[in-house]
Amino acid sequence: MEIESMYREIILDHYRNPHNKGLREPFDAEVHHVNPLCGDEVTLRVAVKDAGGEPAVADVSFDALGCSISQASASVMTEAVIGKTVREAMDINAAFLELMQSRGTAEPDEDLLGDAVAFEGVSKYPARVKCALLGWMAWKDATARALEGADSREQI
Amino acid sequence: MTPATSATTTGRAAVSEAAGGFDVAEIRADFPILGRAVRGGRPLVYLDSGATSHKPRQVLDAERDFYTIHNSAAHRGAHLLGEEATDAYEGARARVAAFIGADPGEIVFTKSATEAVNLVAYAMSNAATAGPDAARLRVGPGDEVLVTEMEHHANLVPWQQLCQRTGATLRWFGVTPEGRLDLSNAAELIGDRTRIVAVTHQSNVTGTVPPVGEIAALAHARGALVLADGAQSVPHRPVDVRELGADFLAFSSHKMLGPSGIGVLWGRRELLEAMPPFITGGSMIEVVRMEGSTFLPPPERFEAGVPPAAQAVGLSAACDYLDALGMQNVAGHEEALTAHALEALGAIDGVRILGPLTTEDRGGAVSFTVEDVHPHDVGQLLDELGIAVRADHHCAWPLHRALGVQATTRATFYVYNTHDEVEALAEAVRRAQRFFTAA
Repeated sequence: MEIESMYREIILDHYRNPHNKGLREPFDAEVHHVNPLCGDEVTLRVAVKDAGGEPAVADVSFDALGCSISQASASVMTEAVIGKTVREAMDINAAFLELMQSRGTAEPDEDLLGDAVAFEGVSKYPARVKCALLGWMAWKDATARALEGADSREQI
Repeated sequence: MTPATSATTTGRAAVSEAAGGFDVAEIRADFPILGRAVRGGRPLVYLDSGATSHKPRQVLDAERDFYTIHNSAAHRGAHLLGEEATDAYEGARARVAAFIGADPGEIVFTKSATEAVNLVAYAMSNAATAGPDAARLRVGPGDEVLVTEMEHHANLVPWQQLCQRTGATLRWFGVTPEGRLDLSNAAELIGDRTRIVAVTHQSNVTGTVPPVGEIAALAHARGALVLADGAQSVPHRPVDVRELGADFLAFSSHKMLGPSGIGVLWGRRELLEAMPPFITGGSMIEVVRMEGSTFLPPPERFEAGVPPAAQAVGLSAACDYLDALGMQNVAGHEEALTAHALEALGAIDGVRILGPLTTEDRGGAVSFTVEDVHPHDVGQLLDELGIAVRADHHCAWPLHRALGVQATTRATFYVYNTHDEVEALAEAVRRAQRFFTAA
């Protein structure tokens, strides 16, 4: 079936056994994002750390209610960004966004995206792109807030 | 295997389709879109008419004929085409009125059912600054607007906003675990401060048909107005405003085989006459001076701008089409399909159907959850098999919350659906279970 190009085995694996699911301490920012169409929601926490003068992603954890695509995508995202510098993680985030907006025409960079290339098939189904992006956008928002928080703490 | 072709017609199905008083195969031949293929070349199984219905060629032809032969701006123009367009538009008004047992002067064309509800809500807040005629529509602090937890957002958010604009208080009927309206506290909820009760005439999620007449009797006894949201009732069963009990009825064309872009507000004449306008501009004025303007009587008062004549003509053709089938037959056909779906889906382990489990006071919207499979994923797999359903909160988020679910998969039926399609749906749901829950 064509649908198997969307629901790759790796996506179904992450859906059935999500990584980094369950909210953890410590964290610097927490956000709650909702997909207004279907009501899918994710609560996501980010902890940042200093890595040689540059901010890095110390931890990401999430809790979510949603479809297999949104759950698996959030799980894959956490694996992709934890341990990276924020700059590297933002690059991965941007590459994933570009992939999702490609309507199936992109040639994804597997070195950069890792398991996230499996979502290539989702980009052919515009109605599901928002599902795939839910966790990624939540991470971006949370990280921006965490960095703002870090800035304001430094100023104090 | 494609479920759409593997399902067999059951004996019962054949009997009930014949007993419905019309030939579904013949009806399907009138809908060009039902002949197209979808993903993987599969035939289209369209179970999303609750969102929007398809259009028979009679409706498409009527709209095309208007544009081809008569096209002009109705109610203006010093020429023959303008006259014909006006006749066509006003003829459509009379046709729609006849469809629901109303007088033509009580039919206001809007752009949608949503706009029809907003028209009433805005007329009520605009009444604060309108003349004494509008006094009976005024709402303010201390007044109450009563809705239900079952409403589509289109019959909820406009009332929340009305309360925000006027300082009135929003109250609501809850729902029972079975998805019925909980009327146990009706005597307490409907009081002397209640200004209007807005209630669905048929839930777009559970198919529940609330007792609008009973609610209206209680409301009228306390001097409150009643608006019924008929978006899911008027297309599917006989509705006569003389028996409805409500003061207003809102519905849309595109859910009843007509074009998109036009909706209807029916209102009791004396209320429409008392109501200040909502949207203002050309066509709705009596005299305009720089200092201010006066307005036409209803329905024109509420129809600013060049009227959607082609859409009205298409809607009129849809009324012809439905009346030729007979709305009682339409309701009977959908009841048989709904009963079949309740039985076929209800027999699947892990499937929970929301709302009433029998067809008593229940229309043809069947929303369900599948244990451990998200509705989006169910919908995606169904789509892969050519079956079009809706999978989200169906613009009724509070109802989903009240029933303890985040989202549901919804199948809705109409004149062109078959019992084979119900079987295909049930088989596809089983397949979704296997696909997503296999270890």
